[in-house]
Amino acid sequence: MSNRLEVHNLSLSYSGHRVLNDLSFDVRANEILAIIGPAQSGKSSLLRCLNRTIDFIPQASMSGRVLLDGTVVSGKTDLDVLRRRIGMVSPLPVGLPLSIFENVAFAPRCAGVSSRTEIAETVERCLRRAVLWDEVKDRLSLPGTQLSGGQQQRLTLARALSHNPEILCLDEFSIAIDPVTTMRIEEVLRELRPELSIILVTNLTQQARRLGDRTMFLLNGEIVELGPTDKIFSGVVQDPRTADYINGNFG
Amino acid sequence: MSRFLVTPQVAAKIRQERIAHSVLALILVSILIPLLAIVAYLFWRAAPALSLDFLLSSPTLGMREGGVWPAFVGTLYLVTISLAVAAPLGILAAVYLTEYARENWFNKAINLAVLNLAGVPSIVHALFGLGAFVYGARIGFSVLSASLTLAIMTMPVIIASTRQALLSVPHSYREASWNLGASRWQTIRRIVLPNSISGILTGIILQVSRAAGETAPIMFTGAVFYKAIKPGTLFPYALDEQCMALSMHLYTLSTQTPGVDESIPNATAVLLLLLVFSVNSVAIAIRMLLRSRVR
Amino acid sequence: MQRRWHKLSEALIESVIRVCGFSAVIFVLGIFFFVCREAAPLWSEPSFHWTEFLFSIEWQPTSLHQKRYGVLAMIAGTLGITLLSMLIAVPLGVGAAIYISEFCSPRLREILKVLVELLAAIPSVVWGFAGLTIISRLIVRYTNADVGVNLLNGAILLALMSIPVIVSLSEDAFKAVPDSYREAALAMGATRWQTVWAVLLPAARNGLIGAVLLGFGRSIGETMAVLMATGHAINIPHSILDPVRTLTANIAAELGEAPAQSTHYQVLFLIGVLLFLITFSINLAAGYFIRKERHQ
Repeated sequence: MSNRLEVHNLSLSYSGHRVLNDLSFDVRANEILAIIGPAQSGKSSLLRCLNRTIDFIPQASMSGRVLLDGTVVSGKTDLDVLRRRIGMVSPLPVGLPLSIFENVAFAPRCAGVSSRTEIAETVERCLRRAVLWDEVKDRLSLPGTQLSGGQQQRLTLARALSHNPEILCLDEFSIAIDPVTTMRIEEVLRELRPELSIILVTNLTQQARRLGDRTMFLLNGEIVELGPTDKIFSGVVQDPRTADYINGNFG
Repeated sequence: MSRFLVTPQVAAKIRQERIAHSVLALILVSILIPLLAIVAYLFWRAAPALSLDFLLSSPTLGMREGGVWPAFVGTLYLVTISLAVAAPLGILAAVYLTEYARENWFNKAINLAVLNLAGVPSIVHALFGLGAFVYGARIGFSVLSASLTLAIMTMPVIIASTRQALLSVPHSYREASWNLGASRWQTIRRIVLPNSISGILTGIILQVSRAAGETAPIMFTGAVFYKAIKPGTLFPYALDEQCMALSMHLYTLSTQTPGVDESIPNATAVLLLLLVFSVNSVAIAIRMLLRSRVR
Repeated sequence: MQRRWHKLSEALIESVIRVCGFSAVIFVLGIFFFVCREAAPLWSEPSFHWTEFLFSIEWQPTSLHQKRYGVLAMIAGTLGITLLSMLIAVPLGVGAAIYISEFCSPRLREILKVLVELLAAIPSVVWGFAGLTIISRLIVRYTNADVGVNLLNGAILLALMSIPVIVSLSEDAFKAVPDSYREAALAMGATRWQTVWAVLLPAARNGLIGAVLLGFGRSIGETMAVLMATGHAINIPHSILDPVRTLTANIAAELGEAPAQSTHYQVLFLIGVLLFLITFSINLAAGYFIRKERHQ
């Protein structure tokens, strides 16, 4: 199995304060990698390092090597292109202050797509993948902010898919939405697995169990455990802290 | 319902509170009454001369009678040209400060400079305009020199309003945009600026108001008391010519022109006040509209 | 190919933005530079003496026998007017701000804020005109002054002009004090006034100092109103009914007449340099206090 993403010795500090410590792992093609861990263990920062939005935080300094499909993306690289290769779904369902149509058309337009038919096709395709098309197809020109929380999170997913990413990152996508929408999105993720790799950051250990092919336990900026999900959740762990966390003894 | 005893201490507190309230209200009234009285008096004295004709006709009889049209047009010229220079500069400067600048000494210096630019005395701006534009750049005593001087003087107003507008755009919009592969400028152009338009507009309107009322900066760089122009034309001044202006007109009329009926300078003052008040009211209205829409 | 062009145009736009950002610094430095430049020849001018400039009250730039360039009387004029106006404006302005921010109903507050904003927008030449016509007549009528254009007139005008500035900046300072302070005081049984006196004023102290300093700076720099309403006498004032000349008004009054590049002209520019340095330091101090308030 080839590696979609390779991370070597990734470290991150905010104003001298170490947040991620020498992480090395990889993400394989067509897998869902679940990342679990208590709050403040650096999970969100890790995702920001991958798509280099960490660059927008002035006090952050990152070191290490990240390779996407064999090419190094951690140093000097075309950042806009990188961010289009990685899709990001953030925790809070906040969209862009545009119409529903324009929300999903935003990334293709910024990438230079100008053909109206192509954009319309992309919008419909992504909204269908995100299981939102039927609910909004008659009101595409309405502002995205008028949708419910669950619909907005699906809109975020549609946006993230609109630039054909190779890796889809989801950062605790379900904390602000209802269980029904959560389940629908989880189904979508399973359907997406044959096409791309997915990194799923979650503090719902059961969600990791349901979806993850492999699971990583991140604690205080360090990888404590990384292995097949079923083994980890059946108690076969290399580090006792993993079992502690999964069983709810802390975090 | 329990009994609430008014002890002597509590009574004293209540009395003190009432006194404080009355004193403060009195302070407010003592400020507002003279101000409103002055404005009302100006209007009253101006009444005989105020008319549409006053606005549209030119001065006659050695500037002692007639209207103020050339001065009004001159003010419009100065305001428009200074706005055309100050707005792009100010807006982009504010964009730099909110979207690009990091916390380092370089940008602290810029913030300091903006604060100081706003506090430079208007006569020093006049000296600067004289030294830099009239003589330094050899533009001479002209509409252009005066407008450029006004532009630099009023730039901080636009910077302040634009900054406020940009900062009020939620950061989550920018993050969502970056996550989708938009560059910083694309994010600014497509998301941040369109959502700050009303604040930017407010800044522009405030700049217009400031520029229309200033006298000292234009007195020595391009404005004159009398300039012969063709009556009734809309574009009487060329950029390299001198021009008349309402503020200059009021100043000279009231300090250096004997034998003028009092109503004329009063009417000029009232015209200037009406211009400034109506422009500012538009800015206030825009702000209120924005606030009610956000709610 | 399209990507390369896109990146190039972005880089271009970003440099334009950076230059615009830096332009404020360029302009401030430019102002200082050009004003100094016109005054520079004084450095080697034999008839000009620095000590006389700063410490003599004799201002005779157009005299035929001995030209004198002492600005002390004008400094006295500026200080006199500004200090008197601050004495009036600060208590009134802060008091009004307290009322608007802590005591009045929200509806009234909106109306008052609009009123304050409109009053702040009145051009200084209109104020000068009001001083020349309205206030001078009142002064002549109610005091035993000979003329109505004097220190008192200027101080009243400056006070009226700086009150709106002080009110809105003080209001900002009060708004910056968290509501939790007020709630804590009220929960302990304090009245609104006691809350203001014991909690709010100390908490907003830095912002208030900044507001007063900014008002002070604006008053020192005010030109047109004092030009029109304070008279033409270049003397150290002995009473508030004496006519005075401020630094700003003097430049405005004489610049038109001084032949370009003459010593008189250069000294006027030097007064401009002096004014720039004074207001620069005041604004620096004000900025310091406002920053201190923001970081609280």
